Amino acid sequence: MTADSPFVLAMASGSSPGSLLRLGFVDLIIIGLYFVVVLAIGFYLKRFTHTGEDFFLAGRKMTAWIAGLSFISANLSSLETMGWSAMAYQYGMLGAHAYFIGAIPAILFLAIVMMPFYYICRTHSVPGYLKLRYGEPARALAGITFSFLTICVSGASMFAMAKILHLLLGWDMDLSIWVSSLTVAIYVALGGLLSAVFNEVLQFFLIWAGSLLIPILGLIHAGGWRGMMEKIQEHAPIIHPTVQNADFTSLWRNLGSFDSNPMGIDWFGMVFGLGLAVSFGYWCTDFLQVQRVIVAKDLRSAQNGTIIGAFLKMMVPLIVTVPGLLGLAVLTNPDGTPMVLVPESDPRAGITHRTYNDVLPLLMSQYLGPGLLGLGVTAMIAGFMSGMAGNISAFATVWTYDVYQPLLRRNAEDHHYVMMGRWSSIGGILLSIGTAYLLFLFSNILEYLQVLVFFFIVPLFAVILMGMLWKRATPAGGFWGFLAAILASIAMWAYVHTFPEGWRPQPKATLAPGSVVRVEQDSDGRWQRVIVERGELTLVNVPVPQDRNADDPLDIPGFIEEPQGRRPLQLLAPAVVMAGTEHAAKFGVEGLPLQLRPGVTVRVQTIEQTFAPAAFNPDHARVIARSEKAKPMAINMYSAWWSLVIGIMVTVLVSLVTRPKPESELRNLVMGLTTMPDEGPCPWYQKPVFWASVVTAILVAVNVVFW
Amino acid sequence: MHTSEKQIPIWFFIGLVLAVYGFLILLSGLHEMLWPPPEDQRVALWHLHAPVWWGALMLIVGLFYSWRFRPRGGETLTGRA
Repeated sequence: MTADSPFVLAMASGSSPGSLLRLGFVDLIIIGLYFVVVLAIGFYLKRFTHTGEDFFLAGRKMTAWIAGLSFISANLSSLETMGWSAMAYQYGMLGAHAYFIGAIPAILFLAIVMMPFYYICRTHSVPGYLKLRYGEPARALAGITFSFLTICVSGASMFAMAKILHLLLGWDMDLSIWVSSLTVAIYVALGGLLSAVFNEVLQFFLIWAGSLLIPILGLIHAGGWRGMMEKIQEHAPIIHPTVQNADFTSLWRNLGSFDSNPMGIDWFGMVFGLGLAVSFGYWCTDFLQVQRVIVAKDLRSAQNGTIIGAFLKMMVPLIVTVPGLLGLAVLTNPDGTPMVLVPESDPRAGITHRTYNDVLPLLMSQYLGPGLLGLGVTAMIAGFMSGMAGNISAFATVWTYDVYQPLLRRNAEDHHYVMMGRWSSIGGILLSIGTAYLLFLFSNILEYLQVLVFFFIVPLFAVILMGMLWKRATPAGGFWGFLAAILASIAMWAYVHTFPEGWRPQPKATLAPGSVVRVEQDSDGRWQRVIVERGELTLVNVPVPQDRNADDPLDIPGFIEEPQGRRPLQLLAPAVVMAGTEHAAKFGVEGLPLQLRPGVTVRVQTIEQTFAPAAFNPDHARVIARSEKAKPMAINMYSAWWSLVIGIMVTVLVSLVTRPKPESELRNLVMGLTTMPDEGPCPWYQKPVFWASVVTAILVAVNVVFW
Repeated sequence: MHTSEKQIPIWFFIGLVLAVYGFLILLSGLHEMLWPPPEDQRVALWHLHAPVWWGALMLIVGLFYSWRFRPRGGETLTGRA
């Protein structure tokens, strides 16, 4: 399809694309049972959580398997599974990088290099390590920022869950939010981290039991791996016409330049942005993850648990990436043509087309019958709740130990902090609910939340890395390196969304409800022009002649010439009536000419912005990501890389001119000043280094096979 | 954490849940096999009867875990002490 041709697809009748999944009686029993069991586990575990160490650190008694399963389950939220399935549908095999180079090296680095310091210094949290290594200011900055972000992410998870359950099942959004969040609040407040960890292990099994059938049945349906790849090659040009030359089936060979792959990224951004900055920041310093493994019963279990997590992480593409790819291969319309899903920002999204995020639910509705569908929906709910519980238990720990204790009440009894932990779990959930309702009002904030997390974790990794590996790093260096990298991340984000004076968003026409329209089609049924017979239309950034005669029809071209280039006109018709048939209809099209008959009311608006968070300035993108062809994902990865570089550089420079801590205060915190504990002899097959080598070999093999 | 009390390992809970879910899904699959729904209401690959074998697999795994980690002396919350 050329840039000049409009894209017009099917038009929908009725009020919405409709609920995707219909549950039967047995499905509802399966879902209800899940809530009963997680609450029962919470009530049962309450009797084992009396001290602060029990509540916040699960008694430091976890085995390697439980720590590893919990480590990966806390990460395997439904936002993650649905989001990365959507990514695989959008970006093809490149979506799997999040599970290979975007995770495994970092997890192994955490296990082998960083875990000894976290474990031996007996810290209860990552901000707690900052306190020991750099002092109170760095801890306070990390504690407050982390608490804020955890609540935001937990609220976003609730909001997304309510929205998805409403769209898929027609469930009431308020009910979804309150039932799921109060369940999480009860079991976390009762059993603390112990309860969160044990439920995460249960959730891990349910997520896999409910998700693994989809790739199995999908691959049978597609004719195996080879059949799926052939179908993807055949369907991709139809589904993704704007990236027609891009390769959807490889991990690396399409990363030579920004325009040879659908993600709009090159190998440097993938390796250094995702593989080093984002991945190491997330896996090595996000306390939500680290908390799951520092509570193991000994250092070796903590390390092996982390490596078990790496194994399991490499398996996740089976239930995430493969379904996304299957979406490109086996999702078809009733007439056998490939089903086209669109991004949330597309004018057709939710009107005539399902979105990328629907790929997993669409496959569920295609393959899962009664009983299995209940299990699949339970897996989805379990995924949301494990993510929420992970955030809330991490929040309760950081709030109690890194904000409340040092800043508000320093010397209370242990049971007081346990009580604070229980109440802050409930308070955290209530704040998250508040955030979720805030997102109903400002839903566009949601897409920036993930970027906000990058703002924080990458700078944190920079200073913790320097703190662990370089004994000369000073408290001032750590604090200013952390702060400078956060500010640099924010500045880069603002910079790529800044435009010169006079910049205008894409031209858009919106028809008021009840307007009457007619569509001209060619002999093949392709739409040629939309004619508005009666009604009202709002035009944004579309030039209209001032001296036009109100009795003449007004023709508006499908592409508008502007100083910044030729841009397609978006036409949104959310509730119109088709002329002649009187049928209600709705559609969204782009690049189609429009004719307004005399009598149609026209409102004209001109919007100019110098800052537009939903758009990227290609000239500024070139500065950050080396190419004006870099797409949003690439820009985020490059920004993370620069943030890491700035964090390290400022830490080093400030450290060189400020006074370091005496070595006596750095014991068990820094490489060279830490003595590894003797945990006794162990056979070769229990040694973390051996298993880390095995995981590395598998990682290399997978990348070569899918090169 | 109190260890003097008899403890139920988390694996027992998991086994129980998998067994009950497997049983329900197996029953649902057998019902569908014996009383097939109309063709237009069948999912893709219906003829493979996925609920039957997937439910049976979950039931077997669940029963094994429930038996292996049944509450008894010497077990802790995380498994055998």
